[in-house]
Amino acid sequence: MKRKQRRLVLIGASLGVLGVAAALVLNALRDSIVFFNSPTDVVEKSQPPGTRMRIGGLVKPGSIQRGDNLLVQFAVTDGKTDIPVRYQGIVPDLFREGQGVVAEGKIELGGTFAADTVLAKHDERYMPREVVDALKQSGHWQEGETKSGSAVK
Amino acid sequence: MMPELGHYALVLALALGLVQSVAPIVGACTQDATLIRLANSTALVQFAFVAVSFAALVICYVTSDFSVATVFENSHSMMPLIYKFTSVWGNHEGSMLLWVLILSLFGALVAGFGGNLPATLKAYVLATQSWIACAFYLFILLTSNPFLRLPQTPFEGRDLNPILQDIGLAIHPPLLYLGYVGFSIAFSFAIAALIEGRIDAAWARWVRPWTLAAWIFLTLGIAMGSYWAYYTLGWGGFWFWDPVENASLMPWLAGTALLHSAVVMEKRNALKIWTILLAILTFSLSLIGTFLVRSGVLTSVHAFATDPTRGVFILAILVLFIGGSLTLFASRASTLKQGGLFAPISREGALVLNNLFLTTACLTVFVGTLYPLALEAITGEKISVGAPFFNLTFGPLFVGLMLAMPFGPLLAWKRGDLLGVAQRLLSALAVGIVAVAVVFAVEGGQSALAPFGVGLALFVMAGALIDLVERTGLFRLPLVTVRARASGLPRSAWGTAIAHFGIAVSMLGIIFAATWGTELIVAVKPTQTISLSGHELTFEGLIQKPGPNYSAVVGKFTVRSGGAVIGVMEPSKRNFSARGMSTNEAALMTRGAGQLYLSLGDPSNDGSIAVRFYYKPMVMLIWLGAIVMMLGGVLSLSDRRLRVGAPKPAARPTFAPAE
Repeated sequence: MKRKQRRLVLIGASLGVLGVAAALVLNALRDSIVFFNSPTDVVEKSQPPGTRMRIGGLVKPGSIQRGDNLLVQFAVTDGKTDIPVRYQGIVPDLFREGQGVVAEGKIELGGTFAADTVLAKHDERYMPREVVDALKQSGHWQEGETKSGSAVK
Repeated sequence: MMPELGHYALVLALALGLVQSVAPIVGACTQDATLIRLANSTALVQFAFVAVSFAALVICYVTSDFSVATVFENSHSMMPLIYKFTSVWGNHEGSMLLWVLILSLFGALVAGFGGNLPATLKAYVLATQSWIACAFYLFILLTSNPFLRLPQTPFEGRDLNPILQDIGLAIHPPLLYLGYVGFSIAFSFAIAALIEGRIDAAWARWVRPWTLAAWIFLTLGIAMGSYWAYYTLGWGGFWFWDPVENASLMPWLAGTALLHSAVVMEKRNALKIWTILLAILTFSLSLIGTFLVRSGVLTSVHAFATDPTRGVFILAILVLFIGGSLTLFASRASTLKQGGLFAPISREGALVLNNLFLTTACLTVFVGTLYPLALEAITGEKISVGAPFFNLTFGPLFVGLMLAMPFGPLLAWKRGDLLGVAQRLLSALAVGIVAVAVVFAVEGGQSALAPFGVGLALFVMAGALIDLVERTGLFRLPLVTVRARASGLPRSAWGTAIAHFGIAVSMLGIIFAATWGTELIVAVKPTQTISLSGHELTFEGLIQKPGPNYSAVVGKFTVRSGGAVIGVMEPSKRNFSARGMSTNEAALMTRGAGQLYLSLGDPSNDGSIAVRFYYKPMVMLIWLGAIVMMLGGVLSLSDRRLRVGAPKPAARPTFAPAE
């Protein structure tokens, strides 16, 4: 096989694998990414129920209610809008009223957010960056309130 | 006194680094042997100074000198000694100092053991190594000085982040850095080859041991990090597709590709330009990883602090080195001579396929990791790209890689016989197909993917064994001959088979734990019993236990299997008063290759406590496989042909003798 032919085979194979990869990536980007919204975004964008998303804000003080079978209900607020959240499972160690939280799940028909994952901060000085941004947007952020991004998974 | 000594030593290392950045190049251009030799000494002394600097910081931490800002921020006088020591790199400043310590160590190793390198090549390698080092010395001295003093000495430190108060911190970062930074040697060799405009099989033989060593460390580092996350985060996950994890996976994928393409270059003198490019890309990905983790653009457990100047500085280093090296590559690559020819169906062809799969897989991880950052920077839209994305993109590519894997080592160089190889792999294929059928039947057809995955893993394992059987002539030849052939087989051939076996072992572990793992999340009251996958767990009660710098709540659980007590599990929660944080200490019980995993949640007012109880079958195989891969790498590294400083084979007289 000549050098030219060999090169053609190589280029063909590369393009083939790259093409498959590109198709996979585009397909996955359409189906499996999750958008982050603040509670105000959720209301303003009024996405169809069942859309997977992340919401973030503060756990509204006085809103946590615990039920049977590890059911937890609380409201996420950005100071402007509240979204009721329902979650079944173990909330993170530092899940507390007035603290930053990010929940992933779906909006249901009644406007309740059914979360399947709840992330909270791991450090009293930390607040998830998304939450900081959401609070800044709604004007409920005071500079120097907490230090962003010191440690969390 | 100590902090000033450490700071001063680092400044001296920078000064030496600047000398080493220039002197050997001038020497190589003017044929001045003295200037070239100077780089040897500067590389060694540079390492000595950085080591002094690092030792000074260690002393500050171990003696709890809270007048130093980073010690105050990240240490506590009541911490056990081991954590005082490891907290040296449990923060941004110290971890960067560890980074340059390892970087200068590698430079010193090249200077010390590179005796048989051609003088000018070595000069360029050491100079390039020093450019990288200088950039990071400057970064530390200008933006992240670990020796900064506080105006007043506080009485007590603010404690190390409790999540990091774990033996994992002693192992994971140093291993990972040895891997990341080890690739800098391959990078420096690539730059040196481009500057010289000359590259040959011997180049690959010099680069491969360094790359292999870095790869071994990175493999272990990633596996260790995964195990640490698994037992410390309290919900039993072992890989999260978190951007910082991806940051370590990308250099691993590129480095694995580099290892394989360097084989082609060494044996067949082909794929030269591609190998050079891979060497540049691998280290560039290490730098990108450092940027992602250290700049604070990501929020994760690894982002210790955010400081915009640091991010910009690292970004500048990134642009300078990646941009510079790629520009050099673009302008000089055409001067490198083309190498040997090979048919598409051949060992070379298989290794090219391996490279294609690994680099595209790396690309998909790259897209998934950086797309959210790019999107947010451009449109302000925030998205998260998680496991589903990577399962859909990385997964299929990896399947392709695994399918092709057993064929490669069995194909002949130059022109292979695919049909013949397929025939020899027939028994492996049979093993795989039987496994698919058996798993499918046992599982009752719930998922098509898992049986297929198990079959694929067993196919790769059997393929690796067949490779060894073929080479040693086992079952075909008399035992004496087999023994002679086995001991005559190059260690790198053993290494290949073992490493390929190892990745299949890991894959098997992942499939089992992800598919047949069971979980139970409930609130339990004392004396209550819960059961999961044939294990009964009785909650005996909660006990308070004080620790050195925390107080712990320990849950006591008796585990029974088939009515007989098999042990006690004691998961706990530790509360660290200095930071007002708590950590979750899961209890693990190994059952064969599987594990029972128990972690505590919140207590309720009615006396019950929430628990997460997992049974993860075969989960240990994930990390065992990584260890097997590492063993394969070590065997390969000990191959005579690759030994650093081994005498040059007489059959290759194409090089000027080194010094």
